[in-house]
Amino acid sequence: MAETAYWEAIRRAHDEEMANDKMVIAMGEDIGVAGGTYKATLGLFDKYGAERVIDTPISENSYTGIGIGASMVGVRPIVEIMSINFALLALDTIINAAAKIRYMSGGRVQCPLVIRTPGGTAHQLAAQHSARLARMFMSTAGLRVVTPRGPLDAYGMLKSAVRCNDPVVIIEHERMYNMKEDIPDEEFFRPLEGAEIVRHGTDITLIGYNYNVHLCLGAAEKLAKDGISAEVLDLRSLKPLDREAIRRSVEKTHHVVIAEEDEAPVGVGAEIIATVTEDCFYALDAQPIRVHAADVPVPYNAKLEKEAIPDVEDVYQGALKCLGRI
Amino acid sequence: MKADDQKRLLREMIFFRRFEDRCFEAYMERKIGGFLHLYSGQEAVATGVMEMAKPGHDYVITGYRDHVHAIKSGAQPREVMAELYGKETGSSRGRGGSMHIFDPTVNFMGGYALVGQPFPLAAGLAMGCKHKGTDQIAICFLGDGANNQGTFHETMNMASVWKLPVLFVCENNQYAIGTHIDRSTAVVDQYKRVCGYNMEASQHDGMDIEEVMPAAKKAVDYVRSGKGPYFIEFMTYRFRGHSMSDAKGYRTKEEEAEWEKRDPIRIYSAKLREKGVVTDDEIKSWEKEIDNELENDIIKFAEESPEPRVEDLNKYVLDDNPDPRWIGPLVNEGV
Ligand SMILES: Cc1ncc(C[n+]2csc(CCOP(=O)(O)OP(=O)(O)O)c2C)c(N)n1
Repeated sequence: MAETAYWEAIRRAHDEEMANDKMVIAMGEDIGVAGGTYKATLGLFDKYGAERVIDTPISENSYTGIGIGASMVGVRPIVEIMSINFALLALDTIINAAAKIRYMSGGRVQCPLVIRTPGGTAHQLAAQHSARLARMFMSTAGLRVVTPRGPLDAYGMLKSAVRCNDPVVIIEHERMYNMKEDIPDEEFFRPLEGAEIVRHGTDITLIGYNYNVHLCLGAAEKLAKDGISAEVLDLRSLKPLDREAIRRSVEKTHHVVIAEEDEAPVGVGAEIIATVTEDCFYALDAQPIRVHAADVPVPYNAKLEKEAIPDVEDVYQGALKCLGRI
Repeated sequence: MKADDQKRLLREMIFFRRFEDRCFEAYMERKIGGFLHLYSGQEAVATGVMEMAKPGHDYVITGYRDHVHAIKSGAQPREVMAELYGKETGSSRGRGGSMHIFDPTVNFMGGYALVGQPFPLAAGLAMGCKHKGTDQIAICFLGDGANNQGTFHETMNMASVWKLPVLFVCENNQYAIGTHIDRSTAVVDQYKRVCGYNMEASQHDGMDIEEVMPAAKKAVDYVRSGKGPYFIEFMTYRFRGHSMSDAKGYRTKEEEAEWEKRDPIRIYSAKLREKGVVTDDEIKSWEKEIDNELENDIIKFAEESPEPRVEDLNKYVLDDNPDPRWIGPLVNEGV
């Protein structure tokens, strides 16, 4: 067991997978000589060389497409896109190619590609560096979308993603790269599917993914002081979604709050609440609540930025509302 | 080139023309749905280039006008036709249709409907070849209109910086649907556009297969030798509309008549007749054989093949058989 930062966990997974299989390569802007914006590939250029740790030009759509082409012939690329905002430039090749090639070739060609990208709001980066596009990938058939909430998953899910034969989008978060957790020294894998209960409770289910899980955990602490037992469910995978786990938890607590950093319209929360209503409507004792970002481009000003995105207090208040305490 | 090979090439081009003509009919009979883009008029390009490459060994990728490229790569014509019919026996199991023919058994890596999308995919295929250290190359066939996409510029740059073994074949038929190249593109000679990326490039007549082949050979050899990418442009013309819904109102009868004189099949058969390699009778008998094969094998196969089962709607979205270690589901202890 060693205390490991999120970025170190990702780096370790890269390193082990590249050592294990020559077909694994990494590509993206500044990931080689410079070691990556968030240090996720630090030192790997020296270890594996320029042919396997590839510094790309600023051409998101095409270098992602190159990754897809290479994956079609047996290479297993891990593509880093510096910010999910820039993944918008690559949406054509991700949504129209990677996600569809298996299907439109009748299962004859596959794209075992991994795309890693941070998606979230952090440190006054303003509108064009604070996009949260989880919902966009979540609504695309043919992709797997995972959101590791800590180093354990960041390491284990990246390793699984590299070995999975489907295109996997891993959404990280700018505010998590320095987050630490003990992770085993031996190699391990974390599955790409399945939600996880990270805190057991009986009165209310708080659902999160990615960074929002930590908001839910913070809110659960506060609720505990009020004598309320909150269960926290980390979705982990947005696609496929573990509907079973959501249903089981809601049938136990009869109350549900979903915390998301995306704007609410057509967001992850909208999908979760639709799922709850479809799967376990009669288990609900109260109306489900969405805790979400304001429907505005994220402002630069720190006070406004804080107001625009949900925090622990917002999730806590959402829970109280759901429980009829306010 | 030996007389036998010359005959084979001419016969292949006639086959491609009649295959596309038969698709036209099947579309009119509503047997083929969706969009259908025919290749008639451009046969010398795919035929000549692939003749100089290694079909089935090199990777080929293209846009939506893809039937001929697939067949010349080695895909079975009956599977291509069955795909157009949307059948389970089709080259993409009926899930792709005319614009998305795939046959990985012969390294034909697909037709794509997004204009410009194949550029980076082709460079990726080439990167894969280079990474594996094989002598394979990737060949990307695309129209002149595609060159106005950002992917063109991004990919030319990366292919050149990384010296990828990829041959870009521009089939310049001068139209992007109904817009003439003069009206959409600042530099009309497409091969000149890659000089900004420090890439070898050349332009040739695409209607005369005897012009196409030596030029293609030079380009293919260059790429295979590891020197980097090559951009080759062929001047050509499509005889039919862009797709089946196109009435061709944007071009004149005179222009079409001019180009028809340069029909690649007409040019090549005249040359071979002159040299005494083929006779009119021989060509007539091929046409009979081809029509017979089309009707009694290819179309018959497509007609008689089963449709995909509705229960299989969700098949092929994700890996059917993933390793449980990394796919889960997660075990929730203590629930
Ligand atoms: C990204 C994208 N934009 C627009 C279209 C619609 N479209 C289909 S074909 C075409 C023209 C392409 O012309 P060109 O590349 O010269 O190929 P050609 O059809 O002449 O072979 C257009 C605009 C498309 N399929 N994809």
